[in-house]
Amino acid sequence: MYKIAYSEIYNLFDRIKDVITLFLPAKNDGAVSFSKYESGTRYEADALNTVRSAKDFFFPQTQNIAEFKISGKSIEILQNTEETGKFAVFGVRACDEKSFGILDRVFLSEPSDPYYNEKREKAVIITAACNYPEETCFCTAFGIDPSEPRGDVSTWVSEDFLYWKANTEKGEELTNKIADIFERCNDGEIISIKNNIKTAAEKLPFVSLNLDYWRNTGEKEIFASEKWESVYKGCLGCGTCTFVCPTCQCYDVRDFDSGKSVRKFRCWDSCMYSDFTKMAHGNPRKSQKERFRQRFMHKLKYFPENNGGIFSCVGCGRCLKSCPQSLNIIKVARSVAADD
Amino acid sequence: MTENLVPSVGVITDIRIDTPDVKTFRVVGRDGKKCFSHMPGQCAMLSIPGIGEAMFSITSSPTNNDFMEFSIKKCGCLTDWLHSAEAGQEILIRGPYGNFFPVESELKNKDLLFIAGGIGLAPLRSVINYCRDKRSDYGKIDIVYGSRSKDDLVDYGEIINEWMADGGIDVYLTIDREQEGWNGHVGFVPNYVKELGFNTDKTVLLCGPPIMIKFSLQGLIDMGFDKTQVYTTMELRMKCGVGKCGRCNIGSKYVCKDGPVFRCDELEALPDEY
Repeated sequence: MYKIAYSEIYNLFDRIKDVITLFLPAKNDGAVSFSKYESGTRYEADALNTVRSAKDFFFPQTQNIAEFKISGKSIEILQNTEETGKFAVFGVRACDEKSFGILDRVFLSEPSDPYYNEKREKAVIITAACNYPEETCFCTAFGIDPSEPRGDVSTWVSEDFLYWKANTEKGEELTNKIADIFERCNDGEIISIKNNIKTAAEKLPFVSLNLDYWRNTGEKEIFASEKWESVYKGCLGCGTCTFVCPTCQCYDVRDFDSGKSVRKFRCWDSCMYSDFTKMAHGNPRKSQKERFRQRFMHKLKYFPENNGGIFSCVGCGRCLKSCPQSLNIIKVARSVAADD
Repeated sequence: MTENLVPSVGVITDIRIDTPDVKTFRVVGRDGKKCFSHMPGQCAMLSIPGIGEAMFSITSSPTNNDFMEFSIKKCGCLTDWLHSAEAGQEILIRGPYGNFFPVESELKNKDLLFIAGGIGLAPLRSVINYCRDKRSDYGKIDIVYGSRSKDDLVDYGEIINEWMADGGIDVYLTIDREQEGWNGHVGFVPNYVKELGFNTDKTVLLCGPPIMIKFSLQGLIDMGFDKTQVYTTMELRMKCGVGKCGRCNIGSKYVCKDGPVFRCDELEALPDEY
């Protein structure tokens, strides 16, 4: 393990930037988002969650697939050859890092998605432990330890130091290139930081979320629960929850006709939208109740069913903050499971 | 294996008008050869840039080595466009997607009962012709096929001239209402199946509008069939074809990858959302 005086943190960013393109949480128009680091960029160390999650790096909001030129009855295909360069992301929280593993199960399962895979391979993930978890955080309910974030490199911050530990080959490679900036230290130095985080996390209001009902009840039974009749009420179908969610990955494939050519691209979509499943002959999810049910059934039942019991939620709390109607996964998970 | 969602170019070499709203499109690659091989029940994504992309079952049998056929009903943006296309038109195609009817395992050496309604014959035609071409691998074949009217029976010519002429195949046709020039059976498919009263040792392949599937399945159960003997094929909105875009699920199963072919007992275990 290495450490560097916290006062030197911008020297660290500058050194990383010289080796690899660096992104970190910074303020843009008042909101914190992962931004490209240039000298002078201010790192928002205290912001826990960026407004949008880190999934953007691997599953961007739009992804070009191909371009078609049409003349008369014939069609020419120009395959998209955009490439992503190597990059590092600093300040990824334990919850977002965990979400990559969930997205991997979708995009890297057979047949794997080459666009996602390329970006995943090019990235070096540098995580940051959460010294002060927020009231909306409930990652520990999903077995995530905010004091022990993973990724290619893990970092912890004390009053005086930033601690740095490489976990993977990619992490080692980056560390070796900038090793002279650090001093070596003992793992024992961060024990009290970790303990403080654990203690803080235990006191959060939603970490006691009990998911036994979702684990132990069949999908058909939960689907048919009368609770859905009331729990969805208020949902505007705006889709904000799906866009800020680090594990939501549904997408649309669309064409953009520029007049000269047609570009085929994929973009984020939301199961909360009325036309998501609409077909020429009808729509199997006719009302917001069905669409709302789909989103939570997917995260808490269908995904675990297909992935060895792993829930498709990491407890980042973004949906708690962003829903204009204060509907969120905690409310739904509890209400549907309630005995009354 | 990877899936980059990029299609290849296919050419429509022939368009057959089957009914007032169904045309069958013959498709080959630019090199004149079949675009890819498939198994009966599998699907392909067809698209026209700027118009749309949708999943269609491959109507032709895998035993046809020269081309693929798609029987397509005119009912939306893309299908409207295709219905106005002419031979020689290039289209985009990717696939094959999904699972298939277990023609090389569970269906082998069985007596087969095909039940189809309307355009629901499209996916079953692939299986029927596969079984006809490998006739000694299967037992007796019965086909019950119905549509709104005589004019709505898809590829009536092949049914009359080829299927009915084969030994060991019985074809029973029905239409919903009386019609001039029709001497055959009149009535809905589920009732006709009951009237015909088949032996319950057959394996059933069932496809048609959801309401027809529902009543036919109930009828079969009343007759003594078990759900494990009945296979059907589903259709929902799809974008990727490989279980990632997230919209064709019925419960935890994706129709594009875990289907489109389901055994009815498997389907019954899933939430009723189709």
